Amino acid sequence: MKKHIIDLRITFADRLHPRYVLIKGTPADGSRLPEMLPGQFAQLKVEGSPETYLRRPISIHDVTSDTVTSTNKGEEVSFLIALAGKGTRQLATLKVGDTLNCIIPLGRGFSMPTTDAPRILLCGGGVGIAPLLLMGRRMKEAGFEPTFLLGGRSAGDILRLSEYEALGKVYVTTEDGSMGEQGFVTQHSLWDNAAFDRIAVCGPMPMMKAVARLAKEKAIDCEVSLENLMACGIGACLCCVEDTKEKGHVCVCKEGPVFNINELKWQI
Amino acid sequence: MADLRTNIAGLQMQNPVMTASGTFGYGIEYADLVDIEKIGGIIVKGTTLQPRQGNAYPRMAETPHGMLNCVGLQNKGVDYFCKNIYPQIKDIDTNMIVNVSGNTPEDYAECAARVNELEKIPAIELNISCPNVKHGGMAFGTTCEGAASVVSAVRKVYDKTLIVKLSPNVTSVSDIALAVQDAGADAVSLINTLMGMAIDAERRKRVLSIGTGGMSGPAVKPVALRMVYEVAHAVKVPVIGLGGISCATDAIEFLLAGASAVQIGTHNFVDPAITVKVAQGINEYLDRHGFASVADIVGTVE
Repeated sequence: MKKHIIDLRITFADRLHPRYVLIKGTPADGSRLPEMLPGQFAQLKVEGSPETYLRRPISIHDVTSDTVTSTNKGEEVSFLIALAGKGTRQLATLKVGDTLNCIIPLGRGFSMPTTDAPRILLCGGGVGIAPLLLMGRRMKEAGFEPTFLLGGRSAGDILRLSEYEALGKVYVTTEDGSMGEQGFVTQHSLWDNAAFDRIAVCGPMPMMKAVARLAKEKAIDCEVSLENLMACGIGACLCCVEDTKEKGHVCVCKEGPVFNINELKWQI
Repeated sequence: MADLRTNIAGLQMQNPVMTASGTFGYGIEYADLVDIEKIGGIIVKGTTLQPRQGNAYPRMAETPHGMLNCVGLQNKGVDYFCKNIYPQIKDIDTNMIVNVSGNTPEDYAECAARVNELEKIPAIELNISCPNVKHGGMAFGTTCEGAASVVSAVRKVYDKTLIVKLSPNVTSVSDIALAVQDAGADAVSLINTLMGMAIDAERRKRVLSIGTGGMSGPAVKPVALRMVYEVAHAVKVPVIGLGGISCATDAIEFLLAGASAVQIGTHNFVDPAITVKVAQGINEYLDRHGFASVADIVGTVE
């Protein structure tokens, strides 16, 4: 897929929670957004941040478009960003009308369901729920019913719940029990009768490995979205490598970020 | 419109701006984002005789105004390059230059000899300065004898433009530069990355998989400028300056210090179109100051 460098004009910016911000933008020059696939990401430029230097890789949370007209009116790409460090905290200061430069879309996303394998569980932990919204939207548009399993430390970490509920059935776990079932996503009761063709997972590494282990036990196909530290985001610097069974070290930014767990050398 | 054409020991370039090895892939990765044929020269990823898996993850750490990396020369080997990558890049209408590395002088020479056969590769850059490999690399670039041994071995089998990339991790970079000049280098490029370290205080661990890495980015520019100035005043061969260039003014500073051309590395990650912007900015500077060509300002700093 062709990569683009785009200046987005920020159309929406809201601190949903002390640790998360939701940003939406539309091409500043009035052009259309490029085609983007669920699970792909963007490299966001961080302006005015003296202590950071590199772009920040952020997954594409959602894409909305006005399908009625052929203009870009109403076309927005959304990023749900966890405030993890100085760069993301700087991104959280963006206001409506500001410009955000991004390289988009990047990487390989989640596999879409097929009529032979239609049932996909979209399992997210913390800010890892972000790319699953676009995945759910694309599934629904293609006539498939997504099921979400969203986990967080507490109710405040389960962001934008109504958006997910509008697309499919949503199950929730929180570590403190303030929403949904108490515990980790792997402890949810839905696993007792899990009948899925694939699980698509995005979240912290221990959580993804736990879900991958469960998927393996239950012989369910499983894809995970990795977030290895990266610099370029387009397969040039070779910093973000993951070790794979067939190809050795591959760039997460280019060959991933989504991998089938069978490709990886994970000890699970 | 000033004359941006630059000649580095027979290597003809439309402008003096090149990409630094390891920061621009094989050029094709960036083709969607910048008109790569407008870049003076593209130095592709470090290539070795045998395939290398490189170091384990994590390989990078961001630092104030820069980054550390310890990639460790991951590449699929020179035979793979010749067979699979060269056909994809040979018709790109700019100078495609191969960065060559190795464990022994014989490795370097064998790798260079294979690249010598490739018609559309007009030059190589010898990497005797990689800080991220156990054998070879910087081990050669930190002594005059080691550096000369590699350059002499390669010079015997390589008859096109031979650039040697120098390490800043030495006491006297000029001495190394003179040694490689005497051994037959056509040009030198500097600086490669500065050895550094990142520590995660909370986890009480070194961040990078091998503990240390090479530092690059705007933070290293003053060190690079000083070294380019020193070397340009010591050697007769052309000098290619790099280290932390992130705008046209940075590049012009290197030209004034004595570099005949520049390379841009880490900043490609931040702005994939930076090379073309810097070439335009150099042109504007020359026009504004009434200089006819790049050569008119090289080494003219007072």
